[in-house]
Amino acid sequence: MASLLGRFCRKLVVPGSAHGSRMISTTACDSEAVKSLNLYSAINQALHIALETDPRSYVFGEDVGFGGVFRCTTGLAERFGKNRVFNTPLCEQGIVGFGIGLAAMGNRAVVEIQFADYIYPAFDQIVNEAAKFRYRSGNQFNCGGLTIRAPYGAVGHGGHYHSQSPEAFFCHVPGIKVVIPRSPREAKGLLLSSIRDPNPVVFFEPKWLYRQAVEEVPEHDYMIPLSQAEVIREGNDITLVGWGAQLTVMEQACLDAEKEGISCELIDLKTLLPWDKETVEASVKKTGRLLISHEAPVTGGFGAEISATILERCFLKLEAPVSRVCGLDTPFPLVFEPFYMPTKNKASSSSSLSSPLKKKHYLIMGLHVWCRYWMQSSPLLITSHSICFFR
Amino acid sequence: YLPHWNWNCLTTDSQSEKSAVWIMALSRLSSRSNIISRPLSAAFRRSISTDTTPITIETSLPFTAHLCDPPSRSVESSTQELLSFFRTMALMRRMEIAADSLYKAKLIRGFCHLYDGQEAVAIGMEAAITKKDAIITAYRDHCIFLGRGGSLYEVFAELMGRQDGCSRGKGGSMHFYKKDSSFYGGHGIVGAQVPLGCGIAFAQKYSKEEAVTFAMYGDGAANQGQLFEALNISALWDLPSILVCENNHYGMGTAEWRAAKSPSYYKRGDYVPGLKVDGMDAFAVKQACKFAKEHALKNGPIILEMDTYRYHGHSMSDPGSTYRTRDEISGVRQERDPIERIKKLVLSHDLATEKELKDMEKEIRKEVDDAIAKAKDCPMPEPSELFTNVYVKGFGTESFGADRKEVKAALP
Repeated sequence: MASLLGRFCRKLVVPGSAHGSRMISTTACDSEAVKSLNLYSAINQALHIALETDPRSYVFGEDVGFGGVFRCTTGLAERFGKNRVFNTPLCEQGIVGFGIGLAAMGNRAVVEIQFADYIYPAFDQIVNEAAKFRYRSGNQFNCGGLTIRAPYGAVGHGGHYHSQSPEAFFCHVPGIKVVIPRSPREAKGLLLSSIRDPNPVVFFEPKWLYRQAVEEVPEHDYMIPLSQAEVIREGNDITLVGWGAQLTVMEQACLDAEKEGISCELIDLKTLLPWDKETVEASVKKTGRLLISHEAPVTGGFGAEISATILERCFLKLEAPVSRVCGLDTPFPLVFEPFYMPTKNKASSSSSLSSPLKKKHYLIMGLHVWCRYWMQSSPLLITSHSICFFR
Repeated sequence: YLPHWNWNCLTTDSQSEKSAVWIMALSRLSSRSNIISRPLSAAFRRSISTDTTPITIETSLPFTAHLCDPPSRSVESSTQELLSFFRTMALMRRMEIAADSLYKAKLIRGFCHLYDGQEAVAIGMEAAITKKDAIITAYRDHCIFLGRGGSLYEVFAELMGRQDGCSRGKGGSMHFYKKDSSFYGGHGIVGAQVPLGCGIAFAQKYSKEEAVTFAMYGDGAANQGQLFEALNISALWDLPSILVCENNHYGMGTAEWRAAKSPSYYKRGDYVPGLKVDGMDAFAVKQACKFAKEHALKNGPIILEMDTYRYHGHSMSDPGSTYRTRDEISGVRQERDPIERIKKLVLSHDLATEKELKDMEKEIRKEVDDAIAKAKDCPMPEPSELFTNVYVKGFGTESFGADRKEVKAALP
């Protein structure tokens, strides 16, 4: 119950806010004027800056004119006019297709899909048109100016159609980028980078954090580079990888694990496609264990891709199977949401985190793995039972 | 811009009815103060009628038709039907208001889309069809479920997520279903139910049941591409599907003139005939649905546009006043409220006294409160229900626990 209350009642201290994330300032600014903002205000600021700096950028979607259902677009229509910030009818496929066309003519189209759960009518346009435009035209045309923003993720009472995390579907499509911020400061920088990136970007915003996450956000124009993961917490025993709102849950799990003497390294992936393999690889080579956590169902979620890649790259350095603490393989439930969600307790009790190995066992473990690999000469499944035996 | 209301709620032709209305109005004014000043006719008023003498009622407005001949404005009804209309609509209204308070008390969580103001559509449709005709609608489905024979207890249990709800607590406000009355539910994704409805009509045509399907959607969903796909297929194959557009003039926060080039949703079918109906007049809805059923069984799809209005916002998270004025809402409530209209008809036909109707409303209030109390006592579904019905049982799928290797998880 504590984790449930903690998730929904507290104003969050954003993970990694103590460490400054690397930023590229686009305007020279000596004294960083910062303001305490929540996520939707940071995104609002980013949109204001984007529309201000590029006169050929447009924001449209359902109900954005009066500010949007989450207030992310307040003030834009008044400031930039109804010709640049406008409402569309209720047709996601049409909206995204329209955005692709606008972007193909060299404009920046910032499309809002009201909830990520509604993005599926537009899925064909994103996968078949946006992702392949540059490729199939031999670089004559591109829709790089397209950015699709959608709130995603659980919110406590969303139910089947206001809580889904569809990032895995989009990570399977070469040609688009998938970006997910974890906090207001990250969101502003990442959104500006996404809008200005010369590739189509799908930008998922964790809707749970719209009001809950408050952080000091610099007021000037700055961008955070895409495809660079960030280590927001250093550690030696295990690497935890996540994105978006799940990082706050994972940080709680890290704090709990610290009390038991396990030092955790927490990495925010930020960009899921193309993702920063080097950072995660370096971290896992240091710690030897990996735990991935996301809200989407575990089967076929993006954690599977990370797990497979890390296994390929760090096989001999791994001391335990890669652990995935994710949502369950059911449709997003209504009253069962607390059971479905990957809470910090699930993360803490997952086999990787709850069985800390002492240093002397590392050598035996490595030997065991090496021997079995040679004996079987086929991809090996290391079971947790074998680890327990050697402990 | 203000919507152009030009309807009077009570335009009857007969002079005697008009004078009766004036007598009613005067008596209502005076009844509060002085019994002696009540007109004499009131003394001879009979108690609530239980007979089924037929009555003919004129709809308030003529129908506007596209590619078909509109039905007549005279609707065959009976005294019993008129009273039952009043009772059921008052029940629906009371249920929605109760759901409003339950939501604010955080007993209902998630999303709750209320139907008050639009009850005439549900009632009129039910009066014209049988339980074999299928209805499929979007997420504003509480009253349609009730009209299809659902009980108040099932409604409140489902809204509060309890196991005795109609969808066993797993659906919530947006997903009410009732298989035995052919109510195919409550859908969250806008417009997704329309191709489904045409598919159901397809099945009905195969089974030669002489039944039709009413696929309901809103003015916001009317701009979805899948609607036109469904229309094309229905017309091509002559399916007995009736597409009902409940035009409450606002797609969540967007007014219809800002979302649609052509606000004549009944004409949008192009080659498919359409009928525009005053959705606040239950008898007009009944006549239109009866007409549509006959048409669909012979000639294929038809579109009905119900001109209606919702008093609440889009959902409970929407105050409903940021995109329209309170004057507009109260104006519609005064001039076009469906329950008031039926009440006036009941009183003018002398079927019940004002007091009896008030007593009926009190009874309804009690019924709703009892159902809520009973639903509050119902337990939540078992945790194991989280994994049931993902697939058919026993088809070899497992739902994995947190770690895929251990199912142990410390639940909050």
